[in-house]
Amino acid sequence: MIQQVLFLFLAVVAIGSALGAVLARSPINSALWMVVNLIAVAGLYITLNALFIGVLQVLVYAGAIMVPILFVIMLLNLGSMPAPSEIQWKHVVAFILGVALLTQLAFVLAIGLDALPEMSVSEEAVAASSAREIGKMLFTRYVLPFEIIAILLLAATIGAVMFAKRKFA
Amino acid sequence: MELTVNWYLALSAILFSIGVMGVLFRSNAIVILLSVELMLNAVNVSIIALAQMMADSTGHILVFFVLAVAAAEAAIGLSLVIALFRTKPTVDVNEFNLLKH
Amino acid sequence: MDALLVRLIILLPLAGAILTGLVPLFMPGLRKNESLISTIGTLAVAVPFGMVVYLFLTFDGNAFVATFYTWMAAGDLSVDFAYRIDQLSLIMGLVVLGVGTLIHVYSIGYMHGDDGFWKFFSYLNLFIFAMLNLILADNLVVLFLGWEGVGLCSFLLIGFWYTDLKNSAAANKAFIVNRIGDFAFLLAMFLLFRELGGLDFDTLLNGVDTLSSTTVTMAVLLLFLAATGKSAQIPLFVWLPDAMAGPTPVSALIHAATMVTSGLYLLARMSDMVLAAPGVMVLIAIVGALTALVAATIAITQTDIKRVLAYSTVSQLGFMFMAVGVGAFFVAIFHVVTHAFFKALLFLGSGSVIHGMHEVEHDLEHEGHDTSSFDAQDMRTMGNLKAYMPATHITFLIATLAIAGIPLLSGFFSKDEILFMAFQAGYNGMPVAYAVWAVGILTALLTAVYMTRAYVLTFRGEERWPEAPSIAPHESPLSMTLPLWTLAILAIVGGYIGLPGVIADGDWNWIHHYLAQDYGGPVADLADSAGFSLPLALKWLLIAIGGGVAILGVSLAWVAYDREGLAFDDRLRERLGPLYGVWEVKYRLDEVYDAALVNPIRDIMGQGFAKADASVVDGVVNGAARGAAAFGRVLGRIQTGVIQRYAVMMVLGVVIVMALILFV
Repeated sequence: MIQQVLFLFLAVVAIGSALGAVLARSPINSALWMVVNLIAVAGLYITLNALFIGVLQVLVYAGAIMVPILFVIMLLNLGSMPAPSEIQWKHVVAFILGVALLTQLAFVLAIGLDALPEMSVSEEAVAASSAREIGKMLFTRYVLPFEIIAILLLAATIGAVMFAKRKFA
Repeated sequence: MELTVNWYLALSAILFSIGVMGVLFRSNAIVILLSVELMLNAVNVSIIALAQMMADSTGHILVFFVLAVAAAEAAIGLSLVIALFRTKPTVDVNEFNLLKH
Repeated sequence: MDALLVRLIILLPLAGAILTGLVPLFMPGLRKNESLISTIGTLAVAVPFGMVVYLFLTFDGNAFVATFYTWMAAGDLSVDFAYRIDQLSLIMGLVVLGVGTLIHVYSIGYMHGDDGFWKFFSYLNLFIFAMLNLILADNLVVLFLGWEGVGLCSFLLIGFWYTDLKNSAAANKAFIVNRIGDFAFLLAMFLLFRELGGLDFDTLLNGVDTLSSTTVTMAVLLLFLAATGKSAQIPLFVWLPDAMAGPTPVSALIHAATMVTSGLYLLARMSDMVLAAPGVMVLIAIVGALTALVAATIAITQTDIKRVLAYSTVSQLGFMFMAVGVGAFFVAIFHVVTHAFFKALLFLGSGSVIHGMHEVEHDLEHEGHDTSSFDAQDMRTMGNLKAYMPATHITFLIATLAIAGIPLLSGFFSKDEILFMAFQAGYNGMPVAYAVWAVGILTALLTAVYMTRAYVLTFRGEERWPEAPSIAPHESPLSMTLPLWTLAILAIVGGYIGLPGVIADGDWNWIHHYLAQDYGGPVADLADSAGFSLPLALKWLLIAIGGGVAILGVSLAWVAYDREGLAFDDRLRERLGPLYGVWEVKYRLDEVYDAALVNPIRDIMGQGFAKADASVVDGVVNGAARGAAAFGRVLGRIQTGVIQRYAVMMVLGVVIVMALILFV
């Protein structure tokens, strides 16, 4: 029972903060809503017993990614966007497409409703999501993708420095 | 009311759709970036839910990689925003139509 | 250990080709480093030669197959990269790598200063690699790989000096004519695979008995057609004389000693199957005899020294096919070996001569002569070279006597064995073999004549170039004369591996005992299984005829050409009249082929296809381009440059695709 209550609470927070992030007029508000959303999702991971990923979510996303975004917003001194004076066609299209996508996803879920087993957090699942197990996999079977990701991050770092340089041609 | 994996998938779908709408809706480059992060996050939720259902740690590895890619994407995205801001002091993507040329 | 050796033998020449070819391609600074390139190139052949010698010496009589990996497997077809080491492939390997090494050494001197020095060594190494694939292969597919590989290298090397249109035309001709044979080879492979379900030699040769006689006849006929392409027999020999456009070491290695014998090798390898098609064997014998005669008669009239040798090669290959036709496969291989020695020597000697004559041409130019009509390969401008090039002279003389079949030199033993086998086949109830024998004797006489003519015109008599003797050629460098001497020794003693049957009742015929199936070798032998044997006196008589004809031919031509020089050609022309004319124009075979095949095809292509090309093909192409342009203009409108519009399109696409998957 406690699980359901937790889930519902976190889900409401996540959806609410997501809407807030998308709709907030000031980018700084957007970013802060986003942080709330990320932490709520981290909580959801923990209700799923995925502790390692939950912690990683807070550290990497809420910490390492959101902080630079906030920095940039403040660096560029971005103010609020003016309120839209009238409903633009763009917003209508966006809304229709978003709803259509959601409907389709809901439809997929409805079709597959019976196909999926019940959510039971088994012993195995807990064991499989432990930091020890993930670390073992990461450094044995997935060591090559791991190295590639490292190179990707290096490339991204260099690329970011290059783009942001003042004299970038 | 049993808590099944469907709940998580439904939540993931809702978050994803909100992200998509954000990308299409907002013209502020940074908010678009945030919306993209939101979409990535939504997908992560369903991956973790399914991984726990199947008691398979491969899903966690996948999410780990998604996080790393998201970090890379954020870094590049932000530096692009800065570079754009330098050519024209705004972050409104509708002001930029360089791709046309 | 042995498998590793086989691997190295195959791969070292390839490594050499890459090192001397690809590396200088990207590092032009290395191209001029001749000593480095020639060292690598020569070692890449000499080291495998040493390994083959080792394999040869330690060979215990049991063939073994070194399988590296499965090349392709699809359904019932499974082809391995497998190489077979047995008596036949060892003999061929020794010849190819031994002669190949000598010719690499020779090329160091011959190609000195050429801009394409590195390319030349790379091609030569690549050729050796392909040739090794051909002779060591354990199945027809790998053999075919080598077969096409040597064809490619032949093409590249004939057209080596491709800036001259004549040379690239000759290269194209060689390649295209060979394609006909290759096509037959492919058909034979398809047929054999359909009937036997495998392409390795064990499957093929053990399965011969299960085939219907029609199938065997078809397969052998196709294989023979393939062999006529590569080994320059009627009707496909026209490419070989033109192939002399390549550098002379190439002519020696590819177009005399090794590649052109691969058709013989193929037939010897498949000898069990060939023996099952007696009708085709008669055809092979007749084609061989005709080719030998036709080429020998043409050779008498040629004035270009390399062309004489080219037609001589065709003629000698005809001899080898005669041997195959009468079922004496080991003799064919025997002649392949001795021919490789003396013909390579002849070509290298002629190369040395040409080298010297180029020097003369250069000096003449320096003196202010007009050298535009001077041809360094034309025997009419040579003469008395023995005074200037002693080493070349002696070795060339040895080779001439060897090919003419003067007793106790190598050519005598192998050629005589062929003639003997032909006669014996006739004796054993193959009437056409007597005719083949008679043609062979006649050709042997002609061979002695035209080779002596070439020798005398080149090395004896008067100097015929302008300003002799103040301008004179010089002997070639040591790197060129050393291979000449080595080959000269081989040309003398090479025949003793196959002493004729009259000595010790054939017990000293080593190559027979080494190769033939009756003694545990890989090559089937009709002569032995037939059982009859000629009376001893008749054998001596045949040898006497063979040797006598050679001595007669050499002495006649020597006296005639030494006394009269070029004038004797004119006397021959007068005496023989129209016959000589036919020989001189090479039976007009090229013209006949042009009229019968090349021009009609060109016309059909030119007229029929040109219109179709202009209307249909061009129409489609232009239409596609215009359509694309129009479509692009329409789509260009969507290209607003506003990324959110793009994002909208993308999501719209996702929604539509998902809708299609879900609801359709």
